[in-house]
Amino acid sequence: MSTDDQILEEFTSKEYEHGWSVDFEADEAPLGINEDIVRFISAKKEEPQWLLDWRLKAFAQWKQMKEPNWANINYPKIDYQAIRYYSAPKQDKKPKNLDEVDPELLKTFERLGISLQEQKRLTGVAVDAVIDSVSVATTFKEKLSELGVIFCSFSEAVQEHPELIKKYLGSVVPANDNYFAALNSAVFSDGSFCYIPKGVRCPMELSTYFRINAANTGQFERTLIVADDDSYVSYLEGCTAPQRDENQLHAAVVEIYAAKNAEVKYSTVQNWYPGDKNGKGGIFNFVTKRGICSGDHSKISWTQVETGSAVTWKYPSCILKGDHSVGEFYSVAVTNNYQQADTGTKMVHLGKNTRSRIVSKGISAGKSQNSYRGQVEVMKRAENARNFSQCDSLLMGDKCGAHTFPYIDIKNKSAQIEHEATTSKIGEDQIFYCQQRGIDEETAVALIVNGFAKEVMNKLPMEFAVEAQKLLALTLEGSVG
Amino acid sequence: MISIKNLHASIEDKEILKGINLEVKAGEVHAIMGPNGSGKSTLASVLAGREDYNVTSGSVTFENENLLALSPEERAQKGIFLAFQYPVEIPGVSTTNFLKTAINQVKEARGEKALDAVHFLKLMKEKMKLVDIDQALLSRSLNEGFSGGEKKRNEIFQMAMLEPKLSILDETDSGLDIDALKIVADGVNTLKTDKTATIVVTHYQRLLDYIVPDYVHVLYKGRIVKSGDKSLALELEEKGYDWIKEELATV
Repeated sequence: MSTDDQILEEFTSKEYEHGWSVDFEADEAPLGINEDIVRFISAKKEEPQWLLDWRLKAFAQWKQMKEPNWANINYPKIDYQAIRYYSAPKQDKKPKNLDEVDPELLKTFERLGISLQEQKRLTGVAVDAVIDSVSVATTFKEKLSELGVIFCSFSEAVQEHPELIKKYLGSVVPANDNYFAALNSAVFSDGSFCYIPKGVRCPMELSTYFRINAANTGQFERTLIVADDDSYVSYLEGCTAPQRDENQLHAAVVEIYAAKNAEVKYSTVQNWYPGDKNGKGGIFNFVTKRGICSGDHSKISWTQVETGSAVTWKYPSCILKGDHSVGEFYSVAVTNNYQQADTGTKMVHLGKNTRSRIVSKGISAGKSQNSYRGQVEVMKRAENARNFSQCDSLLMGDKCGAHTFPYIDIKNKSAQIEHEATTSKIGEDQIFYCQQRGIDEETAVALIVNGFAKEVMNKLPMEFAVEAQKLLALTLEGSVG
Repeated sequence: MISIKNLHASIEDKEILKGINLEVKAGEVHAIMGPNGSGKSTLASVLAGREDYNVTSGSVTFENENLLALSPEERAQKGIFLAFQYPVEIPGVSTTNFLKTAINQVKEARGEKALDAVHFLKLMKEKMKLVDIDQALLSRSLNEGFSGGEKKRNEIFQMAMLEPKLSILDETDSGLDIDALKIVADGVNTLKTDKTATIVVTHYQRLLDYIVPDYVHVLYKGRIVKSGDKSLALELEEKGYDWIKEELATV
């Protein structure tokens, strides 16, 4: 093994930072899934009948479906009866505000670098914190409500704003959309809901932090964002999990609805536990994210930095229904050790003069496999649709893989589609060049990788960009060749 | 400043350097010349610490320290600079950002305070004038899409910024037209002080018209076979390398 391989090895084998767990007393469902579990969850949430019915229908459909196997990933068969579908940190009573939240919980978030107390004072970001199956705190609620912005946990929204939930739940990702979305629809426990009323530009970043804490527990959260006419919101999502030897399932659904002239920016920094360097443990991340640009001149922009999870299966997509609507997808996916990622996007052009832009940067190190899978569909009615796709892969070492699967389906001749793809390797030459200027290997790799991912990183809100840059460096620590 | 004794180095079991002896003092300019494949670039790489090469015996002392025990970045931090024959492209990283990272790591290693943005920019402005380089070039991704001349000029600019004690120019003249050559040489001459030293590795004599060496060494088959002053370079220019080969054959 050359020295560079060793550097690579060291760099890629750095340990996961958020691998601790906290012992809360938890309120749990028994293991496994059946109709009673679905009823149990719905009852815990004190849900109305229509929502229980919706869940039960989804469950019935899920039972008829087969787990998809077309993605370029390998994982042991998931035993859906060995998973716990509901776990909530026990709180004596429902907290009305932050001061009533269990201090242990608050400390947990502080350890993650998200001080909810601090959030009260700092302006700029409102946070909804979700541990295991429930939302534990949402900050800035009052301030936002002055503008008519609703930002709360999903369960709360079901109670407080049933008409909105009823109208939009499943409108972008139907319950039977795919295997994991159906499972989520049956057993989702919490998540965030956000509604931006007509003409309101949300003055702060809204963000949700997800944390899986309990063992054997799956996390199935649901996020629903509705941006009414002429509104704007920027939404951030972050996630971490403890280090455990067994795999844990995360199957979330995110739905975004953008009305006329509305713009939604959705940014994710995904840092679920990726498993250890021998590939043991880690989160299976099977997520369905989709937005619809329903109104004319609306815009949805997905930005994701994917560094965690043992297996990632995720395709944030846009349905461009409104004329002149715009969909964007900016992604950096890093895989290391034995991680596998099959991620990309789907842009469906329905309206006239719709535009989409895809920039995907995949970075593979260790023995990992990183796939981009993207689909651009232009329907008959979509006159003058335009798409630009760029997929770049960066390889570190010679044991990893990068794959690109672009699908293009055009039914209107006026469409203009561009696709560019490159694959490169971090060279010993590049590292040596940096070293010769006095830069150590780790910093050199971080510099090169961040340079490679720059176009996407620039799309992240400031609060996230610095964090994401550090995360990239951390994920790849030890991996050059 | 640097003392090389009986240096042997090989790559993939093939011995390239077969006993190099060289002494360079502060204030001196040494030229290393020689035909293709004689080991000139290998010598430059070994001094900079490139790990593809195995040093099999011999020693290199830099300012009374065993250079061979240091990592490439430590050597750079101690003041060794290599101007690359083929400068590497780093997409998405501007020269400015690259140099800021480099300078601050060097400073950190030396126990000095990092430069803030204001002082860094001031230093940049000052050095830009010195080597006559355009601001626009420095905001672009490092070496990406640069012409040969731009790449070499950028190397000299980096050298100016890092203020090394020992600069090694590896075939800096290759691929340069005469105007670019002059600019690069001017830069090197401006940066020269009685406390710094320069090793110029070159195949041709023409660079030495502009960077005048105190000593010229001829490297052939991994050894320095002849040393002299500037006139040796002129002699080589006139007669080529064959006469040295012949001379060696008759010994």
